[in-house]
Amino acid sequence: MSYLMINHLEKSFGPTRVVKDFNIAVEKGEFISLLGPSGCGKTTVLRLVAGFETPSAGSIEIDGRDVTGLRGNQRNIGMVFQAYALFPNLTVAQNVGFGLKVAGVARTEAAARVAEMLDLIGLPDLGGRYPFQLSGGQQQRVALARALAPQPRVLLLDEPLSALDAKIRVSLRQEIRQIQQQLGITTIFVTHDQEEALSMSDRVVVMNGGVAEQIGAPFEIYNRPATPFVAGFVGSHTAFAAQIVDPAAGIVTLGGAQLKLGQTLAARPGATVRLALRPEAAHLGTADGRETVLTGRIAQVNFMGAIIRLTAMVGDTALTLDTFNRPDTPPPPVGSSVDISVAARDFIVLDAG
Amino acid sequence: MTDFPATKRHQKTDAKTIPAMARRKRSVGSVFSWAVFVFGVLYFALPLIGMIEFSLRKRRGTYSFDAYTSVLNDSQFQATFTYSVVMSLVTILLGMILVLPAALWVRIRLPRMRPVIEFITLLPLVIPVIVIAFGYLRMFNTSSLLPMTGSVTGTNILLAFGYATLALPYMYRAIDNGLRTLDVQTLTEAAQILGAGWFTILFRIMLPNVFTALLSGAFLTFSIVLGEYVFAALLDRPAFGPYMIWTGGNRAYEPAALAVIAFTITWGCMGLIQLAGRLFPHTRAQR
Repeated sequence: MSYLMINHLEKSFGPTRVVKDFNIAVEKGEFISLLGPSGCGKTTVLRLVAGFETPSAGSIEIDGRDVTGLRGNQRNIGMVFQAYALFPNLTVAQNVGFGLKVAGVARTEAAARVAEMLDLIGLPDLGGRYPFQLSGGQQQRVALARALAPQPRVLLLDEPLSALDAKIRVSLRQEIRQIQQQLGITTIFVTHDQEEALSMSDRVVVMNGGVAEQIGAPFEIYNRPATPFVAGFVGSHTAFAAQIVDPAAGIVTLGGAQLKLGQTLAARPGATVRLALRPEAAHLGTADGRETVLTGRIAQVNFMGAIIRLTAMVGDTALTLDTFNRPDTPPPPVGSSVDISVAARDFIVLDAG
Repeated sequence: MTDFPATKRHQKTDAKTIPAMARRKRSVGSVFSWAVFVFGVLYFALPLIGMIEFSLRKRRGTYSFDAYTSVLNDSQFQATFTYSVVMSLVTILLGMILVLPAALWVRIRLPRMRPVIEFITLLPLVIPVIVIAFGYLRMFNTSSLLPMTGSVTGTNILLAFGYATLALPYMYRAIDNGLRTLDVQTLTEAAQILGAGWFTILFRIMLPNVFTALLSGAFLTFSIVLGEYVFAALLDRPAFGPYMIWTGGNRAYEPAALAVIAFTITWGCMGLIQLAGRLFPHTRAQR
């Protein structure tokens, strides 16, 4: 049996159903990200787990115990908020020790735990400072220490990196993941940033309209999106419409060329199938193992540092492809004609028409 | 190309003229500001100076503190002043107990009710005190179901409730303004998830963070209660307000001395608000 079980969870605000039949089984020590656009219900799921909202239906179990009816302060859950939510009147050490004091932990034991937590987040000397004397990154680390100090059963992270600048975000997300792995704490992380979700998580839940569209490892989510929404939301792609020739063999025609997709298709011959191609799956020029060669005209060149993203018009379709930057090979100029090779197996089938 | 030096010269002239005009404008503005300031100071200070000067003229031909000595040595002054101070402390406590949880609850759970609550808290400013006092007397007289005016303690309690009603607009606004500076919802949730109950949230998180605001509400309440006349007179309690009115009708110099004492107390309270803000390190960031 899994450590955290969310079964058939539903939440409605008036006539609006915000969370619809949400199910997930989380193993102990697992890091799960809830990823989705604004209003998809990810934060509501987190708040339901925290006990801040009451579900309309369904249940939440932690370590075999049904906590659905318990209030937030009875669940022994730690939470880090987007806006830090440090208590302004308490020092860093008092903030970190707040949960311990509420729990009635002896003073000496609490002080030792606070010191341990401050060490863990790399701020051992800042215990006497007030929150307003810290930077955003430091405040969020203190919030993490405060959440972890009472040794919660589950850690909830509600977009904890959103308010920070880009550089600190990257370093802090590595730090959070490292601490989570070190402590082996079961964690649910809410974010709308796919890079954060993919880089930090054991599994990602992609949500849309209150529904979990796909639950899987980052590799699976990115490479085998279950729905057109997941394919569109996670990473970018170029969509094509192809005609099915042989559904059993997975053969389609695209712009006159026949492609063997390597998977069977459900629809009948002659039906249209939507295919997607990731930018890194298309190769500039010809290459071994990429049997299909398309000819296009460069419409846009975006230099992004390590990667150059090109947009080429292949017929009426704007195909995006990524190439690694090499100082000795400048990108093709806009308007130039180029060959683009792709492997049929790299096409993602979005729907079978 | 030939125009270029001329343009440069033109720019030079402009560069000199514009700051000169700006300086002239600034100096006119500055004179006007000072005139308004001086007028304001005179407007407020002259009556005060006159009153202070008058309060010192009890002894013929020389300035003295006779009026002050007379007032301070008056046993009635001591009794009524002590009574009003005690009543104001009770009122402040009552106001805090009523208003802080109410304001917090409205912010967290009933944000849509805020305009209604604000309207209710403003009613004591709109309804004349005498109407509220008569309403109280009608509701709680000796022949009512709850005959609070039948005993001294009951009447004192009634008076404290009456004062709390009068102070409600100030107390509510002060606390609500204090809460406005905080993310009350998130702080409450952060405390809850750490295991805190409502009592801990109220007294360990909210109260210290709105303490300065609470103090300003408390000092305003103190000033109101100290000078209040109608409630105390109608309930026949020995408060400072009726004493001031009585003194004003029967003495010459003492009322002025009393007014100066009252002013000093009010200013002292304002000073204390400022001081209180400095005593809490976490409030430094907000200032």
